[in-house]
Amino acid sequence: MPQASQSVLNSHVPSGPIAEKWDRHRFDMKLVNPANKRKYTIIVVGTGLAGGSAAASLGELGYNVLSFCIQDSPRRAHSIAAQGGINAAKNYPNDGDSIWRLFYDTVKGGDYRSREANVYRLAQISNSIIDQCTAQGVPFAREYGGLLANRSFGGAQVSRTFYARGQTGQQLLIGAYSAMMRQVGKGKVKVFSRREMMDLVVADGCARGIITRDLVTGKIERFAADAVVLCTGGYSNVFYLSTNAKTCNVNAAWRCHRRGAYFANPCFTQIHPTCIPASGDYQSKLTLMSESLRNDGRVWVPVQAGDKRVPREIPEDERDYYLERRYPAFGNLVPRDVASRAAKERCDTGYGVGATGLAVYLDFKDAIGRDGEQTIREKYGNLFQMYEKITADNPYRTPMHIYPALHYTMGGLWVDYNLQSTIPGLYVLGEANFSDHGANRLGASALMQGLADGYFVIPYTIGDHLATHPLPKVTEEHPAFKEAEVASRHRLEKIVAVGGGRSVDNIHRELGRIMWEHVGMSRDKAGLTQAIEDVKALREEFWSNVKVIGTGEGFNQNLEHAGRVADFLEFAELLAEDALNREESCGGHFRSEHQSAENEAQRDDDKFCYSAAWEFNGVDQESTLHKEELEFEAVPLATRSYK
Amino acid sequence: MSESLKLTLKVWRQPDADSPGRFQTYQLSDISTHMSFLEMLDVLNEQLIARGEEPVAFDHDCREGICGTCGVMINGQAHGPDRETTTCQLHMRRFKDGETIVIEPWRATAFGVLKDLVVDRTAFDRVITSGGFISVNSGSPPDANALPVPRDDAESAMDAAACIGCGACVAACKNASAMLFVSAKVSHLSLLPQGQPERQERVLNMVAKMDEEGFGSCTNTSECEAACPKTISVTNIARMNREYLKSSLCSR
Repeated sequence: MPQASQSVLNSHVPSGPIAEKWDRHRFDMKLVNPANKRKYTIIVVGTGLAGGSAAASLGELGYNVLSFCIQDSPRRAHSIAAQGGINAAKNYPNDGDSIWRLFYDTVKGGDYRSREANVYRLAQISNSIIDQCTAQGVPFAREYGGLLANRSFGGAQVSRTFYARGQTGQQLLIGAYSAMMRQVGKGKVKVFSRREMMDLVVADGCARGIITRDLVTGKIERFAADAVVLCTGGYSNVFYLSTNAKTCNVNAAWRCHRRGAYFANPCFTQIHPTCIPASGDYQSKLTLMSESLRNDGRVWVPVQAGDKRVPREIPEDERDYYLERRYPAFGNLVPRDVASRAAKERCDTGYGVGATGLAVYLDFKDAIGRDGEQTIREKYGNLFQMYEKITADNPYRTPMHIYPALHYTMGGLWVDYNLQSTIPGLYVLGEANFSDHGANRLGASALMQGLADGYFVIPYTIGDHLATHPLPKVTEEHPAFKEAEVASRHRLEKIVAVGGGRSVDNIHRELGRIMWEHVGMSRDKAGLTQAIEDVKALREEFWSNVKVIGTGEGFNQNLEHAGRVADFLEFAELLAEDALNREESCGGHFRSEHQSAENEAQRDDDKFCYSAAWEFNGVDQESTLHKEELEFEAVPLATRSYK
Repeated sequence: MSESLKLTLKVWRQPDADSPGRFQTYQLSDISTHMSFLEMLDVLNEQLIARGEEPVAFDHDCREGICGTCGVMINGQAHGPDRETTTCQLHMRRFKDGETIVIEPWRATAFGVLKDLVVDRTAFDRVITSGGFISVNSGSPPDANALPVPRDDAESAMDAAACIGCGACVAACKNASAMLFVSAKVSHLSLLPQGQPERQERVLNMVAKMDEEGFGSCTNTSECEAACPKTISVTNIARMNREYLKSSLCSR
């Protein structure tokens, strides 16, 4: 069992009524005067929505920003793949939305495992994001009168989602990227692309720099700064098959964790219900079809198990629209965790369709009959086209096959209200932190959080840190840089030196199978214990039998992948430990021992109403558990129901 | 149709930017027609690793056609034979059993080869830095609905904004011109009311930067549009030319 610690994490949530906390806090924080801002250097790692918006905003304020990304251009970070939209409490459709309702929906959607004050702030800021992005020229969908259009999304009964066709993430990211490149032109932001963060440098108790590897030349480099902002996304690729881009990884976060940043709620992983099913063992990733499709598509399986007729031959009364049946109030728009488990339940009991039996139908026949094919094409044209490219099926004629897949990770590095980790001067934004989504994220809320953190939170909170800490000058010659650089170099040399017989990809796939089997949609004590053993054994095999071609000198994608898998193999164990520790079901974390007679998740608020923040004690050492008790004052704890 | 393919690949191998490159031939069998093109390259690389040979370097990331990272010349066509398709979205069902596939990197003066199939596209970032933005700082801009945008304008702006910056337009062009890429950004911003204040200097600065980076002139043959996975139209180039002319005549 993990060691439990009595230490209490200080979330630094300001006092006062929830609606006034952020305003009050903004006044209480110390400012850095404009002339002094140019004396500070801030490192921002990652250029997705959080990193791009943070780098742009900090550059605009006058700080010197060093921005790093592993892609060839900052415009390619995985935020770009978000399809459906971004939430805001504008209430433009006049359907009863408000900041309070967005806040309430997000706390409830997160199954009461998020920090109330953070969520309220997120809802407050949401409206400014839409204004900001519109001013940048993000081409949101509009009505004929020229005003912005909205659509509805899972977990909400109002239409509060703004969108740019099925490419909302791309358009928002291009907005943030453009704002950042404008600062590059002004000399306030320097971009270092094709750089991978290898380590965090902590000097005199504060985060003061990073070690990177130039992915083209292989050169290990040192960069010093006054603060480090980590915006490096989520860790779904620990499951190998996920909707994440291939380079998404946990390295940067894990390296910080090893340097003292606590990792919170790693077991809160989100399975997205509407992905294209896997087709063979060469499968390299899974493709998500936007949740917005559930606005018009109806999910069903045949009433008869094993019914092999083509879908069009199955009459209406022999179809089971199981989401509408089980959850009449929300129907096909139940939150992701609920929809995913319901699909798994149908497939596990033999009602699944397709060649593998691991799929359910998402059918647009009724919507096309009601609104016409043209309307559906305008709303989802690019998604339908993408589906057809991958499967060679035409979804206008025949229902889509869908199945859940790993998508988003709510867990991440623990941060306080200021988004500061347990290492002073290390801030964590966007999906890389754990703060706002609790045990389950609602659709169209990831983009909201990434941009809220980058445009509207970090510009204030980082100033308070810089203004209130003495921060003596630290250069790249500081011994902490040397130590971290040597450690990074040794690690790569050690991987290359193994010279075994098994490829990196092969080991990664096996890790994925272990995690999906035992730590996926449904978890139990025996499976989790098994997974921990299996991961340990696989980690040993990696360090004794991995085969990497070439060396660390120069461009070597095989070595890059190996470095990422090495960290996944350490991280996977913590994920499973956290899942084992949390003896309840909540949101994306479903322990089969804890479910109601109707197979709904059962929380245990008496024992587990806390965020689990883990402290690293060494590989093969048990981590120390620190609990941040969660208090729900504004939204009283209740059983989540979408019936 | 057979479900599995035997293929001959001729792949461009180049150790680094400064060394000469050459084609290397590989044989592959049992390639499922359901595989994506990049999954086929994954299979090749696993086989190379098993033989102790260096795997082929290629850029890729999201593998769902939106990040713009991937892109190679396949039998002389940027992103391969399918219209509106990135390399990662191309599937092997498009190829015949026994076929020979020639795979090369983008070829353009402005896009140097870094290794094998990987090229340096940072010239695009520098073009955006020269003017591909609207100058608003994070803060308190007016309410998003304060400025209505006619739906058709918003839709046209979105058509242009759909560019993923993959560089296929440059690779497909005999002159390695970046006109389609640059004009997509110019159009996106000049079609929106928010983009009006900087409309003139934007197009002048971006075109100047485009020339400085070593991209060629437009050939007017529309190869770029044919290769574009997001069907960015050459009408954007016409629009950029008008914008450029107007701005040159009216510039302060």
